[in-house]
Amino acid sequence: MASPVEQFEIKEIVSFGTIGDAPIAFTNSGLYMLVVVGLILGVMSVATRNVALIPNRWQAFGETLYEFVANMLRDAAGKEGMTFFPLVFSLFLFVLVGNLVGMVPGAFTITSHIIVTFALAMVVIGTVVIYGFAKHGTHFLGLFVPSGVPGWLLPFITLIEVISFLSRPISLSLRLFANMLAGHIALKVFAGFIVSLLAAGGAAAVLSPLPLLMTFAMVGFEIFVAALQAYVFAVLTCIYLNDALHPGH
Amino acid sequence: MVRPASGGSTFLRLGLRTGTIMGDPTGRNDEGGEGSGTGDEADLSARLRRLDTRLGDVRSRRDRDVRAGSRAASDMSGLGKALRFSAEFIAGVIAGAGVGWALDQVAGTSPWGMIVGLVLGFCAGMLNIMRAAGELNRKPRSGRSPGDGGGGPGDGAR
Repeated sequence: MASPVEQFEIKEIVSFGTIGDAPIAFTNSGLYMLVVVGLILGVMSVATRNVALIPNRWQAFGETLYEFVANMLRDAAGKEGMTFFPLVFSLFLFVLVGNLVGMVPGAFTITSHIIVTFALAMVVIGTVVIYGFAKHGTHFLGLFVPSGVPGWLLPFITLIEVISFLSRPISLSLRLFANMLAGHIALKVFAGFIVSLLAAGGAAAVLSPLPLLMTFAMVGFEIFVAALQAYVFAVLTCIYLNDALHPGH
Repeated sequence: MVRPASGGSTFLRLGLRTGTIMGDPTGRNDEGGEGSGTGDEADLSARLRRLDTRLGDVRSRRDRDVRAGSRAASDMSGLGKALRFSAEFIAGVIAGAGVGWALDQVAGTSPWGMIVGLVLGFCAGMLNIMRAAGELNRKPRSGRSPGDGGGGPGDGAR
C-alpha cells in the first residue's frame, strides 16, 4: 500500500536545469497552482461577462463572493481597509480553491506545503510592515508598546510583543499547512484501512465498511475544514492589515 | 436512614427541614430521633425519597437537554480552537527561538541567545493564545471590528 505521505511528493514535470545546486523545474505543485488560478479566472470571467441588473446565476455567485469578502474586510479594518480588497480577495480565493481542488481524489494539495502557505503569509506581513511604515513612519512602532504597563516591565513586554509579531507569519502559515496536511494524511490512513482489511480476508473483511464510513464522514469534514481555513486565513489577514491602517489604536 | 438522603444537596436538605417542621416540630434532631417517632421517620424518608427521584429526574433531563444542544456545536469548533491555539503557541516559541538563534549567530554568544529567546518565545506564545482567546470571546458579543475595540481586558486581537 502506498505511504500516506506519498501524496505530498513534489514531482518534476519539465526540468529547466539547475541554478547552483537548486533544481529549477515546473512541478506538479506549480501545475496545480496554475489549475487553481485558471479555475478562479475562468469562473470570475464568466461571472462578470454578461453583467445585468438582474444577475444570472454566475453573476450572483460572483457577487456573493465579493460581498462576503468585502464585509469581512470592512468589519475588521474599516472603510480604509477596502484599499486592500484585491489582495484579500485574491488570497482568499487562492487558498479556498487550492484547498478544495486538493479534495479531488488524486489531486495535489498546494496548501499542504508549508513553503507555499509561508510565502502567502509573508506577502500579508510584508504588506503590513511596508504599508505601516510608509503611512505612519515610526509611529507604526507604537504597535509594539502596549499602554498601561508599568515602566520597569515595559522593555520586557515590548520584546515579547516584537516576538509575538514575528510569530504571526509563522502561525498564519502553520495553521493552514497543518490543517491540510493532517486532514489529508488522516483521510489516506483511514482509506488505507479499508484496503488492508479487505486484503486480510475472512472476518477482518467484514469490518471493512467501518473505515469506509469513517472516510466518508471525513471527506465531508475536510471540505468543511478547507473552507473554514481559507476563511480564517482571510480574517486574520484583515485583522493584521488593520494594524497597518490603525497602529496603536 | 435519613443521613444518606440528606447528604445529597441543598435542595434535599431544604426538603428535609421543611419535612421535619411539617411532620414533627419537636423532632428536629435527626440523629437520635429513631427511637421515638419511627412512623414519622418512615413517612419522612419515603417522602424524601420521592422528592429525590423527582428532583433527579428533572435535573438529569435538564442536563441532557443542555448538553445535547451544546455538544454538537462545540465538538467541532472545539477541535478548531485547539488547532488554532496550538498553532499560535508553537509559532511564538519558534519565533522566539529563531530570534535568539539569529542573535547568537551575529553576536557569537552561542547558547545564551537561544535559551533566552526560547523563554521569551514561550511568553510570546502564551500572549498569542491569550489574544486569540480574547478575540474568540469578544467576537459574538460585540459586532464591532475586533481590532479597534478600545483596549479590552486582553488587549483584544491585534
